[in-house]
Amino acid sequence: MYIPHTKTDKEEMLKTIGAASFEELVKQVPSKFLWPKLNLPEESLDEAQSAVRMAELANKNCRPLSFLGAGAYERYTPAAVKAITSRTEFLTAYTPYQPEASQGTLQAIYEFQSTVSALYGMDCANASMYDGASSFAEAVRAAVRVTGRKKIVYSAGVNPQYMDTLKTYFAHSPDYTYVKVPMKDGAMDKAALPGLLADAACLAVQTPNFLGLIENMDGVADLAKKAGALLVAAADPVSLGILAAPGEYGADFAVGEGQSLGLPLAYGGPYLGLFSCKKEHVRQMPGRIAGLTKDKDGRRGFVLTLQAREQHIRRDKAASNICSNEALCALAATVYSALYGPEGLKELAECNSGAAAYAAERLSAIKGCALKFRGPFFNEFVLSVPGNAAKLREKILANSGVDAGLPLTALYPELGEALLVCATETKTEADILKLEAAIKEAL
Amino acid sequence: MPKPEEVKYTKTHEWVHLDAEAAVGISDHAQHEMGDVVFVELPKVGQKLEKEKPCAVVESVKSAFDIYAPVSGEVTAINEAVTGDPALLNQAPLDGGWMFKLKPSNPAEGETLMDLTAYQDFVKQAAH
Amino acid sequence: MTCAPATDNRLSIEKSDPGRRGLWCKNPLRAKASVPAALRRKSPLRLPELSEFDVVRHFTRLSRLNFSVDTHFYPLGSCTMKYNPRFNEEAAALEGFAALHPFAHDTCAQGTLELLHDLSARLVELCGLDAITLQPAAGAHSEFTGLLLAKAYFEAKGEARNEIICPDSAHGTNPATASMMGFNTINITSRPDGRLDVEELKKHIGPRTAVLMLTVPNTLGIFESNIEAIAGAVHEAGALVYMDGANLNALIGMVKPGDLGIDLMHLNFHKTFSTPHGGGGPGAGAIVCRRHLAPFLPVPLVKKEGGKYISDFGDGRSIGKVKAFFGNTGVLVRAYAYMLAHSAAEFGDIARCAIINANYVRSLLMDIYPSYSKEYCMHECVLTPGEDMTSKGLRTLDVAKGLLDRGFHAPTIYFPTIVHEAIMIEPTETESKETLDEFVAAMKDIHAKGLAAPQSLKDAPHTMPVKRLDEVQAARQPNLKW
Repeated sequence: MYIPHTKTDKEEMLKTIGAASFEELVKQVPSKFLWPKLNLPEESLDEAQSAVRMAELANKNCRPLSFLGAGAYERYTPAAVKAITSRTEFLTAYTPYQPEASQGTLQAIYEFQSTVSALYGMDCANASMYDGASSFAEAVRAAVRVTGRKKIVYSAGVNPQYMDTLKTYFAHSPDYTYVKVPMKDGAMDKAALPGLLADAACLAVQTPNFLGLIENMDGVADLAKKAGALLVAAADPVSLGILAAPGEYGADFAVGEGQSLGLPLAYGGPYLGLFSCKKEHVRQMPGRIAGLTKDKDGRRGFVLTLQAREQHIRRDKAASNICSNEALCALAATVYSALYGPEGLKELAECNSGAAAYAAERLSAIKGCALKFRGPFFNEFVLSVPGNAAKLREKILANSGVDAGLPLTALYPELGEALLVCATETKTEADILKLEAAIKEAL
Repeated sequence: MPKPEEVKYTKTHEWVHLDAEAAVGISDHAQHEMGDVVFVELPKVGQKLEKEKPCAVVESVKSAFDIYAPVSGEVTAINEAVTGDPALLNQAPLDGGWMFKLKPSNPAEGETLMDLTAYQDFVKQAAH
Repeated sequence: MTCAPATDNRLSIEKSDPGRRGLWCKNPLRAKASVPAALRRKSPLRLPELSEFDVVRHFTRLSRLNFSVDTHFYPLGSCTMKYNPRFNEEAAALEGFAALHPFAHDTCAQGTLELLHDLSARLVELCGLDAITLQPAAGAHSEFTGLLLAKAYFEAKGEARNEIICPDSAHGTNPATASMMGFNTINITSRPDGRLDVEELKKHIGPRTAVLMLTVPNTLGIFESNIEAIAGAVHEAGALVYMDGANLNALIGMVKPGDLGIDLMHLNFHKTFSTPHGGGGPGAGAIVCRRHLAPFLPVPLVKKEGGKYISDFGDGRSIGKVKAFFGNTGVLVRAYAYMLAHSAAEFGDIARCAIINANYVRSLLMDIYPSYSKEYCMHECVLTPGEDMTSKGLRTLDVAKGLLDRGFHAPTIYFPTIVHEAIMIEPTETESKETLDEFVAAMKDIHAKGLAAPQSLKDAPHTMPVKRLDEVQAARQPNLKW
């Protein structure tokens, strides 16, 4: 319990209010609804007991050597990031609706927007969305608003969870159509694009795609433009330390999952939706946006801006119903990016690429296993395995305490029995050799 | 440029200068109520507007207002100066702050609109 | 670079010194990196180049420009800015929770699954309903999920219902969500006492009505005393009653929404269940509902089977996913830690003390800041500046800025919109009588000094890092990045 009131406090306060009892204050509630029986513990735990209970639960989660990726990436969270995000002036602040009392949060958001714009090579970014999936869905919604078209063309390599979320967003509009660009050797079949893009609101592409392959985006934006469609690109922000930025290949909207910038995996959230776009679409950005301005004395200051688009003003005409961003996660990502800087992020991306390349080299040499695709990949790849992939994963996990990767059979049945194996910069040569040995033992 | 008494007004505070090419904007009263205009979204040239249907948006810092077509017709021109400098709607709502021009498709529609005196009475009544 | 002066307000990029670094990645496998030149980034990455100390000092300085719950009282109506227990943070940071990959095999996630299962059971009990999803990321996201659920429910019954009824006092997210989902929103005018007009409601309700969205207590801090008649009318028309749970702090442990006839509702963990706001997120939400809506909940849900916890993907009637993975589990861990700290009776104390606190502030201030409602309030009250202030041109905004100068965050202002110049105050149960007394004194001081020297109050704040900011310039010529 975190209530400061003593019995005397309550009595004195009721006296000041002029109420004979608490019951008088809640006379407006029909009495039959008051104080129902609650089937909850009759005793709460003290903090020490709670600590035991929480540790017990945390320890029931096992900690395998994990090669899982597929949209959420294992990273080391630097101590400085933890120190800054646990400062209670950031942690326990409210949304910066009173700018004079929120300059810290507002400037941090402005620097976050700048960081995202820089990474993606775009003109502007918002203060963040819930996660990569919601950013992706909002970008496609924006493309639909801008073009007035309802056909959504997407590459087969877009994270299936992003597509699920998008379809849930559009569930009320049965007239939206989804056209999948087929895959060729694990990447988007560009030759198929001209035939598919007519009347499309957008072409949505993810690179590196869900299967880890880097899409060659040369000429893609031109094809979209020719058809009057916008280009929506999803990209992992760490990969942009070395890979071409969406702004370089002409994306109109660029989105991504910011968890990759040093946030804990936390079983799926809280994560961080990155959302950026070209200048001409600035008013199509959903959610909050911080802007730089001046105060009465001409000093630099920050405010939430372009607010008239938002739900609390426009109500049923708002661009989106979103009314929170993930400010603390955005702060973490901003600090993480500032600590690494341009050279550090390049280095980090190269370590990812190197670890995955080494893992692919070792694992594809195992008898019966093979790399499913030949194209260049970033930090994960598809490994064909003999026999049932899901069963193999379970066996390796039970035998060796290694999670070899995500079985793809349910998501991409056309790939046959395969695992999506990810190696980020957290994986050493020894880790990869352990995985290799574990797979060999299980086969 | 029209004088306040040369244009007709709607209950939603637009003015229209009825002509073969009719200019449309917001009234001085409306710009005053809205406060500083920060953004204007105009219809497209060639767009067909229907009387009393939303066709443009004016934003102040904290609010957004739909602008309704005073009469039906096809948009023939838009005032790009106001998209570049939205403050024109505050400074000169009837002059440099016109928003777009349209070719009325049913000139009779103009007869239902208010003249300056009627509009001023309407505003006064609404204030009570 | 020399040491930064206290008033240094440069951006991190302006402190950049080419060649500096804060972090390195020295994994030797980097040598194996192979990305074809054609796919590489060509444009420079414009991020700051700083030492770790530069970064820490920069952001520590920024933190000190903020108000926060730990440093200042936040009487923000409808936001429930209660104390965020430190223990919750420590619990969520446990490696076992924090390092768990969302695609971890169920056998590796038994602890988190058990936590979600137990949290779900306790929340369902508090709400007096039958089923729950923890997937939504926030309140508005929950509303979206709830309306999808309603839609799926009516579609399965073969009924075409496309109208949502919202009172004019509703949170802005309600109509925004309804419209985003393609529903027509019907706004009903509240009665002068802020309650829903049952007769007016009956006029609008019918075979096209899908959902009535209701905030209980409403945004004026008033309980819908006619809730039985309201729910009865809605149910008679075959529609559903949705409760916006933003104000659940007024009811928790004292009233079960399910008993009131609510069919589905959302929870805001960052309000009622003490998880931190983080400057605007992350939050977490939930939809709690009756049995007949359960088959449509987003998947996966957590199920206990033979002593093991498993992810349950339902029978195919689910509305699908509203978010990748499981929801904001990290926030839910904090909420669970909060649950452990409360017995059944202690939950009731939350509502009790929240209501006492709001009425205490109201009773001490209503003489000089007239209360919109003439009766006792629940967990929040809506006051307004009196005529003595308005006649001098003093507005709610000035009161808000005057509070900042006195070390208090402003209340929620100009909301609900049905009250002219609203000042909406929600003290929450975690504030002590002493803090409330100081707040009351500050409000009285603003009143007295404002009347004596109106211009000074209109120019407030005077003591903050910046003065009133030019929002017009910010919106006319947006400067959104370095």
